[in-house]
Amino acid sequence: MTSNPLRKLLFDEKIRSIWIQALIVGLFAFLVYTVSQTTAYNLEKRGIGTGFEFLQMSAGYDISFSLIDFTSKDTHLRAYFVGVLNTLLVSVTGIFLATILGFLVGVIRLSSNWLFRNIAYVYVEFTRNVPVLLQIILWYSILIHLPKVKQAVQFLEYFYLTNRGLYSPSPIFLEGFRFVAWSFVIAIIFTSFLKKYLKKKQNITGNQYPIFYINSAIIIFTPILIFYIMGMPMEFSHPVIKGFNFQGGMVLRPEFMGMLLGLSIYTAAFISETVRSGIMAVSKGQREASQALGLKSNFIMRLIIIPQALRVIIPPLTSQYLNLTKNSSLGIAIGYSDLVHGFGGISLNQTGKAIEIMLIVMVTYLIMSLTISLLMNIYNRTVQFKGNA
Amino acid sequence: MTKIKSLFVSLLLTLGVSSAIAGSHGSTLDLVKDRGFLKCGSNTGLAGFGLPNDDGVWEGIDVDVCRAVAAAVFGDASKVEYVPTTSKVRFTVLQSGEVDMLSRNTTWTLQRDVELGLEFVGVNYYDGQGFMVPASLGVSSASELDGASVCIQVGTTTEMNLADFFSANGMSYEAVPVETNSEADAAYTAGRCDVYTTDASGLYASRAGYPDPSAHVVLPEIVSKEPLGPSVRHGDSAWADIVRWSLNAMIIGEEKGITSANVDEMKNSKDPEVLRLLGVNQVGDTGAGYGQWLNLSDDWAYNILQQVGNYSESFERHIGPNTPINIQRGLNALYKDGGILYAPPFR
Repeated sequence: MTSNPLRKLLFDEKIRSIWIQALIVGLFAFLVYTVSQTTAYNLEKRGIGTGFEFLQMSAGYDISFSLIDFTSKDTHLRAYFVGVLNTLLVSVTGIFLATILGFLVGVIRLSSNWLFRNIAYVYVEFTRNVPVLLQIILWYSILIHLPKVKQAVQFLEYFYLTNRGLYSPSPIFLEGFRFVAWSFVIAIIFTSFLKKYLKKKQNITGNQYPIFYINSAIIIFTPILIFYIMGMPMEFSHPVIKGFNFQGGMVLRPEFMGMLLGLSIYTAAFISETVRSGIMAVSKGQREASQALGLKSNFIMRLIIIPQALRVIIPPLTSQYLNLTKNSSLGIAIGYSDLVHGFGGISLNQTGKAIEIMLIVMVTYLIMSLTISLLMNIYNRTVQFKGNA
Repeated sequence: MTKIKSLFVSLLLTLGVSSAIAGSHGSTLDLVKDRGFLKCGSNTGLAGFGLPNDDGVWEGIDVDVCRAVAAAVFGDASKVEYVPTTSKVRFTVLQSGEVDMLSRNTTWTLQRDVELGLEFVGVNYYDGQGFMVPASLGVSSASELDGASVCIQVGTTTEMNLADFFSANGMSYEAVPVETNSEADAAYTAGRCDVYTTDASGLYASRAGYPDPSAHVVLPEIVSKEPLGPSVRHGDSAWADIVRWSLNAMIIGEEKGITSANVDEMKNSKDPEVLRLLGVNQVGDTGAGYGQWLNLSDDWAYNILQQVGNYSESFERHIGPNTPINIQRGLNALYKDGGILYAPPFR
């Protein structure tokens, strides 16, 4: 009986689990400690400086593809933000495009039209079975073999397609344009209230209103009306060949377009399969019941099938979004100035601070991914069944 | 209990041991000798400097430095394993001990020498950054490049010089950053950029590989100093000395007219420095030659000159006027021939 406390240590489930967990945590902490100590020791022994002071040093190189102003005199910290913004730019636009394309293809895959269905099938099987890096390089190679600047393809009068990008006029907003912008915002807020009101009215009276058309008209025509009232406060800067390149206007660089096409076409194939599985997961009886009620086929899709399919679609869709964001780091292959290429590549090389920079880059991707997960989880909650039905 | 305890102890031991291994490093020379071959960080592929030929054998003037070190250490210039490195990973590869030395057109700068924990041991090619444009553009000077799109290899001193050059001249440009030399060639020949800038030697090497080399001109401006040379990890001076003097032996070889063809005849030379270099003369009357100071055999320099040749042979074989690369000696001639190549005396 005196050995009881010792026996308890080993055989009492609760106590045993506590000390085993403590041991594992302790071992892990020890491992982390050892690795970091060894690294620090080796770095010091090899005379490699450490620390984060380099962030305040001037970068010394230029980044031409940037959403914020950047020159070689700016700091590495600013180069970091340029990279983050470029990564976000290609990820967000990529997610947007991939979602639209993926939903379209997913629905077409289930269409009764033999030709469409099989084209979609070939597209999905081809793109998702070829590594995305190759696809990005393929798109980029195609884009940089477009006509050269001097032989630019002109279309729609003011647009030029060249191997240095797609040039388009850029708007210059004059005094008074902010009223147009505000009217647009106000129109959107107004229509959301209008929608609620009309729905309510429909529920009471049973009369249907073409809510979509009414609201679209309001959102489109209000700003246009204000635009003319304010005396058209906008000008365009047109791209013109001057010297080596087009000057003025806006440009979509082939590096960006290559990334966007590669990522979104690749991810859309996966999304389409997710969408297809989601739609197929809705039981056949649902469709038959709604047909029996006399609903039109687009209503069946919009009101019955899609809301139920979304419950199945959203969780795997989230991981596709995460994949796309992480795959954007492949921009390094074609010189797209994303986070890994600029800050994680050039800054790393200029300063030699591999460990510090890789830590920063990894934490940044972690934050981006967790944010996407968080947003998608919030959205997921809104489409799930409420209550315990 | 004892089982768990012994498990824990052994775990502790392995962790301790592995960290000890990671922390230790003996002399690089011993490491190389034990391994039986030299690991040399080379370029991923730059004609004339470091590129495998049709038989898969690495060739070039950077490669010749690796071969010289192998000849000095093993008496066999072929005992080298080449580890191709991009400009981005080269320093990490050297720092982490994956290679014993780096010989891949790397510019010697203060930061790299001091803060990155490297040790540059000499210069095997004096270079400078230049610009190449298609001849059809009709550009004759770099000062006419305002507004141009410029292809640059990232992770190099090039992009900093480029930024400095354009801002100093009040010009703007679009930077098209690429990862490797071959990607730069692809982007430049496709017309993605108007200008390709890198070290002039690299421009000549790239141009030699284009379908029509005469359609491209290298502009006269050289906008930077780029002393390219081999480097080793900081902290093992004995190893640094071996690499430094292997290169010096090649330069002294040229100065004294010793070639791979006449190296045996030169053993009968009357010049004491030649005799010291070839391991004929001894240090004073100790009975030992000049290898002892480097922990090498006395015929180490003889092996270099016999198997690799002197600097001029290496230059003419890989990048000289009789090769497709077609580079003049220029700065890289010996000091007595109007260049700045100069090795300390061998004594």
